[in-house]
Amino acid sequence: MEQSTFTTATTDGPTPAERFDQLIAAGEKIEPRDWMPEAYRRTMIRQIAQHAHSEVIGQQPEGNWITRAPSLRRKAILVAKVQDEAGHGLYLYSACETLGISRDELNELLHQGRQKYSSIFNYPTLSWADVGAIGWLVDGAAIANQVALTRTSYGPYARAMVRICKEESFHQRQGFEIMMTLARGSEAQRDMAQDALNRWWWPSLAMLGPPDEQSTHTEQSMQWGIKVETNDEIRQKFVDQTVPQAQFLGLTLPDPALAWNEERGHWDFGEIDWDAFWEVVRGNGPCNRERLAHKVKAWEDGAWVREAALAHAAKQDGRGLAATA
Amino acid sequence: MNDLNDRTTTTTAAPVGGYPLWEVFVRARRGLNHVHAGSVHAPDADTALQHARDVYTRRAEGVSVWVVPSAAIVASDPDARDDWFEGSKPYRHPTFYTIPDEVGHL
Repeated sequence: MEQSTFTTATTDGPTPAERFDQLIAAGEKIEPRDWMPEAYRRTMIRQIAQHAHSEVIGQQPEGNWITRAPSLRRKAILVAKVQDEAGHGLYLYSACETLGISRDELNELLHQGRQKYSSIFNYPTLSWADVGAIGWLVDGAAIANQVALTRTSYGPYARAMVRICKEESFHQRQGFEIMMTLARGSEAQRDMAQDALNRWWWPSLAMLGPPDEQSTHTEQSMQWGIKVETNDEIRQKFVDQTVPQAQFLGLTLPDPALAWNEERGHWDFGEIDWDAFWEVVRGNGPCNRERLAHKVKAWEDGAWVREAALAHAAKQDGRGLAATA
Repeated sequence: MNDLNDRTTTTTAAPVGGYPLWEVFVRARRGLNHVHAGSVHAPDADTALQHARDVYTRRAEGVSVWVVPSAAIVASDPDARDDWFEGSKPYRHPTFYTIPDEVGHL
């Protein structure tokens, strides 16, 4: 964006750095053209990019079941949901670009494995019940995180979160509806639902990030208002809301340590296997290679379409890219 | 966006013999999007920005102003409105799913 040469002369005021700190302290949003510390910009790019990549890669595990959805109704819903994930990725890339990085660079960083996406999408979807479990648990956990992020300090990111949260609600409800249907169905359907819950429960807790005392980014991110709730706070919230839902379904959460703690007013839960989590983050989950290879292949297979579209635009007179290039 | 749509059928280019037209977007306060407020005529970008400030933010209505040449805006065809913005699919809305009250907030 062009900066106008017409700027109002300023009198002696706070330095840009002081102004930034004042805005953060006052709970105000930082907007793209405000001065910001380089580390804030880098952190924001890393976090928004990772979030965007997660939305895009997140289409794969569920997309796997579109052709095999058990009814036309379920199929239409799943298509709409996966379509939303693509849209959410685009909102987030657009927010990320306000920080001075291009869409192509972000794509490249993902494809080279230099930026990450959520560990949760490196698990396979083995049965139809997984689509239910993902909507209920994975989207449930994501919503808990994203609701907190609507209050994040960077304006474009916060606005993208508001839009996404609004659209996300149906994702969780359709997932719960699938689980409800299976839980009330035949013995085989019930078993399928329980099996999906067994496999998705722990990864859903882990996807909210390492415990606070191990999280390298939490302290600075809290100071800058990027994070407004810690990983452990969000995780506890998610567990508290999900336990009664599992009870309603008549399904068992795979955690023998799960117990209501009267004193804390929260559910206690067992130790998360962080070694397993870090293995997946490091690239050794069940589907890491497959997910990234699929993404890169889709990008490369689409090259001729992008080239054709540019060639078409160049031929148009006064329209499209040709007009402004 | 209606006024933008409606305008494209009449004036997208600079009026003959006059200043070009600029669309004005104002951010009411930090954290909100810039929202279309109206337009101004001005010979160049800097003047357009100054006019936009003077015309649309005299009572502190904003903390940031954008001006965009009206001719640079590509708008959807008002006649295609029904095709482009067909009724939303009901299953895209949370209310489509019946979840018993005792499940709590989902």
